[in-house]
Amino acid sequence: MTEHPSAPPVMDVVLLVNGHEHSIQVEPRRTLADALRDDCGLTGTHLGCEHGVCGACTVLIDGEPVRSCLIFAVQCEGAEVRTVEGLADGETLHPIQEAFWEHHGLQCGFCTPGFLMLSAGLLETEPDPSHERIIEVLASNLCRCTGYQNIVAAVKAAAAAMRG
Amino acid sequence: MKPAAFAYHAPDSIAGAIELLSSADDAKILAGGQSLVPTMNFRLARPAALVDINRIVAMDSVSTADGVLEIGALARHASFESPVEPGRLGQILARVARFIGHHPIRIRGTFVGSLAHADPAAEWCVVARTLDAMMVAAGPSGVRYIDAETFFQTLFSTDLRPNEILTSVRLPLLDATQHAGFAEYARRTGDFALTMALVVLDVTDGVIERARIGLGGVADKPIRVPDAESAIVGMRPEVAADVVGDAAASSIVPLGDIHGSPEYRTDLIRAMVRRATLDAVSS
Amino acid sequence: MTWVGSSVKRKEDPELLTGRARFTADIAIGTRAISFVRSPLAAGVIRSIEAPDGVVMFTGADLASMKPLTPILHRPDYVRVPQPVLALDRVSYVGEPVAMVIAPSRESAEDAADQVFVNFEDGEPVIGLDAAENGDGLTHPHLQSNVVVEGAFDTGGVDDVFATAAEVVEVDIRSRRQNAMPLEARGASAHYDPATGRITLMASTQMPHVVRTIIADLIGMPESDLRVVAPAVGGGFGQKVPLAPESAAVVWAARTMRQSMAWIEDRRENFMASFHARDQRHVARAAFDRDGKLTALDADILCDVGAFSCYPITWGVEPLMAMAELPGPYDLQTYRVRARGFTTNSCPMSPYRGVSRPVQTLVMERIMDIAGERFGVGPLEIRRRNLVTVFPYRSATGLTFDEGSYAASMDTAAELVDLEGFRTRQAAARSDGRLLGIGFSVFSERTGYGTPAFAARGMDVTPGYETVAMSMDPSGHTEVRIGASPHGQGLVTTLSQLVADRLGVSPDTVTVVHSDTDRTPYGWGTFASRSMVISGGATQLAADDLASTLRAIAAELLEASESDMELVDGQALVRGTDVGVPIPELARVAYHQSHRLPGGFAPGLSSTGAYDPPGTFSNACHVAVVEVDAETAGVKLERFIVVEDAGVLINPMIVEGQIAGGVTQGIANALFEEVVYDETGNILTTSLMDYLPPTAAEIPPIEIKHLETITDASVTGAKGIGEGGTIGAPAAVINAVSDALRPLGIEVFEMPITPDRISALMRSAKGATP
Repeated sequence: MTEHPSAPPVMDVVLLVNGHEHSIQVEPRRTLADALRDDCGLTGTHLGCEHGVCGACTVLIDGEPVRSCLIFAVQCEGAEVRTVEGLADGETLHPIQEAFWEHHGLQCGFCTPGFLMLSAGLLETEPDPSHERIIEVLASNLCRCTGYQNIVAAVKAAAAAMRG
Repeated sequence: MKPAAFAYHAPDSIAGAIELLSSADDAKILAGGQSLVPTMNFRLARPAALVDINRIVAMDSVSTADGVLEIGALARHASFESPVEPGRLGQILARVARFIGHHPIRIRGTFVGSLAHADPAAEWCVVARTLDAMMVAAGPSGVRYIDAETFFQTLFSTDLRPNEILTSVRLPLLDATQHAGFAEYARRTGDFALTMALVVLDVTDGVIERARIGLGGVADKPIRVPDAESAIVGMRPEVAADVVGDAAASSIVPLGDIHGSPEYRTDLIRAMVRRATLDAVSS
Repeated sequence: MTWVGSSVKRKEDPELLTGRARFTADIAIGTRAISFVRSPLAAGVIRSIEAPDGVVMFTGADLASMKPLTPILHRPDYVRVPQPVLALDRVSYVGEPVAMVIAPSRESAEDAADQVFVNFEDGEPVIGLDAAENGDGLTHPHLQSNVVVEGAFDTGGVDDVFATAAEVVEVDIRSRRQNAMPLEARGASAHYDPATGRITLMASTQMPHVVRTIIADLIGMPESDLRVVAPAVGGGFGQKVPLAPESAAVVWAARTMRQSMAWIEDRRENFMASFHARDQRHVARAAFDRDGKLTALDADILCDVGAFSCYPITWGVEPLMAMAELPGPYDLQTYRVRARGFTTNSCPMSPYRGVSRPVQTLVMERIMDIAGERFGVGPLEIRRRNLVTVFPYRSATGLTFDEGSYAASMDTAAELVDLEGFRTRQAAARSDGRLLGIGFSVFSERTGYGTPAFAARGMDVTPGYETVAMSMDPSGHTEVRIGASPHGQGLVTTLSQLVADRLGVSPDTVTVVHSDTDRTPYGWGTFASRSMVISGGATQLAADDLASTLRAIAAELLEASESDMELVDGQALVRGTDVGVPIPELARVAYHQSHRLPGGFAPGLSSTGAYDPPGTFSNACHVAVVEVDAETAGVKLERFIVVEDAGVLINPMIVEGQIAGGVTQGIANALFEEVVYDETGNILTTSLMDYLPPTAAEIPPIEIKHLETITDASVTGAKGIGEGGTIGAPAAVINAVSDALRPLGIEVFEMPITPDRISALMRSAKGATP
């Protein structure tokens, strides 16, 4: 009833994540989020809802923020995927990570990778977003701990730092 | 919440997609995935096969010809945030686009996919219905043109046949006499609206010659409100704004759900139609 | 440098920011996956359970050797209802686990679960407080009624006071069911060690030690064979305090199959079958004398507590807390109350940040606003006449309020918001047809209460104390092992700050170990705004003990007197001189030159601290400014102000983060979030499209100002603040909405006050106008 005779068990997929290639074998139904976590060993991308509302699973695909629970790994071959593990440069934190740290933009940390990637996607394409634009984009993701205002402050500080 | 297994295909041509759709009993098109994949993760939808059209380059187009804007199946919501054509149609689409979900959803989700999904609270469905869109479908026996009223049948259900793919939608351009306005009310930013209204007024010599009023979120499909449309013909737009809300509210009985009773949606219809009309007047 | 009071960056953050932190689901990768088959019926009898060959499945019958979970309160009115870990012959709520399947991956486990067929005989569920109270049907057919806990309290004299009251305010307040909705759902990953047979359970829990004890007890295994670790935990808010019965099944299965396996709860399961909260109705009458003084309170409190009692807190917590604390920060000695918990065929209840206090506060703050209107004195003056001002204050139910700043917090808040200026703006807006409103809420929060407080409830498992084990290693680095279980509160940072001040070292040289039953002393975890007060208090005591040992060793080495020694900047100095010994050198002496230690000192450097305080009340005033859209009935928050007093703030930035997060959940409670059941007991709100936690666009900036009242009730001077935000915010918002709608003749008595409900109130008010 659940195994369709025509469904191949696994497919070979090469994912380019944070500049590294991962050759994995996954069923077509494995989402990018689960492939990153289970097959590439990158557990920083979290699952909060698996239906595209909470944004905890946000990664960058070709520079744009995407909910990785709503795209299958097999769809992502040839795309550049960036996750939270790719933000820092070795031991040097990315300005967005520094800003979240400085401004107490996280408490339990579960939503944080999603917010970091969402913010990175925003600031890399719009280096000087207005307050309204920041709120509009940050409203894409849910946080239960912080009440958001420190996240907003962190993104503003990161924008300033990244503009130099 | 993991989806049930499926066979995956990624054709690079429309013909290939049609053939794959015909080969499985229960195959679905995968475009943006922002509506389909959640239902699959909940296992409410269990297609036997997914036909991923994201590699069909020919579908990634938005173009204008002969007074018509043609939107291909891979045009993403986000691409409409800046006007895709310089006239009033481009303007109203840009206005509406910002209400659709959130930024990451707009990056992936597609205009045409939203029509095929036929959620009555989806903005593009109301746009298509109100602006008299023409759907272009392709199947094994060729191309079929379906008008919006015929296309939207009921909740999540369209006139598309199982082996047909919606390849594009055509919207007539709006000229300088046509003023469009939009308003919606949702509980949170980015949510599906409880009620939305799109109003297009054809105004000549300061008088409404024709009105189109479309509503979403109030029935099992996007609807027009002919009684209210005819009630304001002949009026000055500023005067119409004062009465059109009541006219729309009194002509239909909307649905109710846990987010709003029919009575509440009636209040919202009144408010959104009024506000969309004011929006049109000021455009 | 003094670390306490400084907003230092958190030590917890680097691993969270880089995605290196490991949550339960991260650790579970590579183990077998468990999926639970859950009841689709709210009530019924299980006739049979079948699975095809190849599906590895266990049912309640397989788990027959496990004891059922039986939370207990020692009270004559408390009804014990044992809960089998997997349903045996009946099901009592939609989502109740009926069977478990084990498979190589979560995808295939869900496939397997789909193939399990359960043959049910439909029962007749009891859904909702009204049905339970009316007694149309029994939730548990073997019980006599649906009342499972009933408390009553009466000071006497209530009826006499009401008979002569100048004003009587009556309210009937409805709080609707909430889901704490931590962004990380629950999970349990059991790792089997084939060499020892021991199980390490990594679980997203707020209470690892108790989880260990109870699971071992249910299974009948030695507790020492089980280690429980809470790794990084993505929020709890009380939902992860009680034992998730599923986790006991996971441990049982891992032991039985001698394999590592994990259950990772998904969002739908969490909505349906985790723990809910705050499904309550308070019917209250307040008597006032002609000076606007509250003279008596009479209340009937009804709580829908779901199908089973949560362990170890029990389903008594909501009604009994409401009973004990309803009068809040107001001077009231004539009080009568009945509080009942009703069992229904719905998801069980657990405490959720604030527990009953958000509802209690809503009740009292609505009463005060209405009284303020009736007496024509406004919201501030009526409260001024009634707030407790003389401390210590003994409440009618025997609670002791230590020093607080109830009235001062309100006056400060009123000044910050410029109430006069607002009234002018509000009047002008009204003449434009716009509905602005302002709402105040003044409350005190019972925090950091120890064993006697829990014992007073009759709990069989009585939390309260905390112990801390502290040691300094030969390099001078300090390890603090605590029984609390932080999961976002920044306790590692704040305890490091505390220890740093007491030992004269840098917080970087302090490591805090928590949430691992193998490595920490027995403790109660993190909930009830207790960790800084109690664990912090124990930490301070342990640190002071260690500090005096260090001073004694230094004094011995320097031939000085111990009272002349002070610990500062990593050194033990003779006060007023620069003669001293570096602390790491003292540590080395303690371990490697123990012959040089003063007489009576054991080798090494360690200490313990234990603290079990009576409790301390923090307080705050919240102010909400709202606009209600007259057409859409939507509520927009314009401004939110908090003036709070939590005594000494170890790290103000962390305190403000807790307040902002709590206020946001409180706003959500007032305006957005509601678990909805249909009449057959199906949950209609099983996704984030239907259950609506707010986004950044719905929450205004929260302005926070601190007052500081220091009492003896907390040895660190700190009071608890974790729950204050959720406690006060709903009342402030509901009062503001009522204030906005008052010209239409509307008062609000429920939450969430959704646009749908507001529009219905507007329509009936319009209909009522002649």
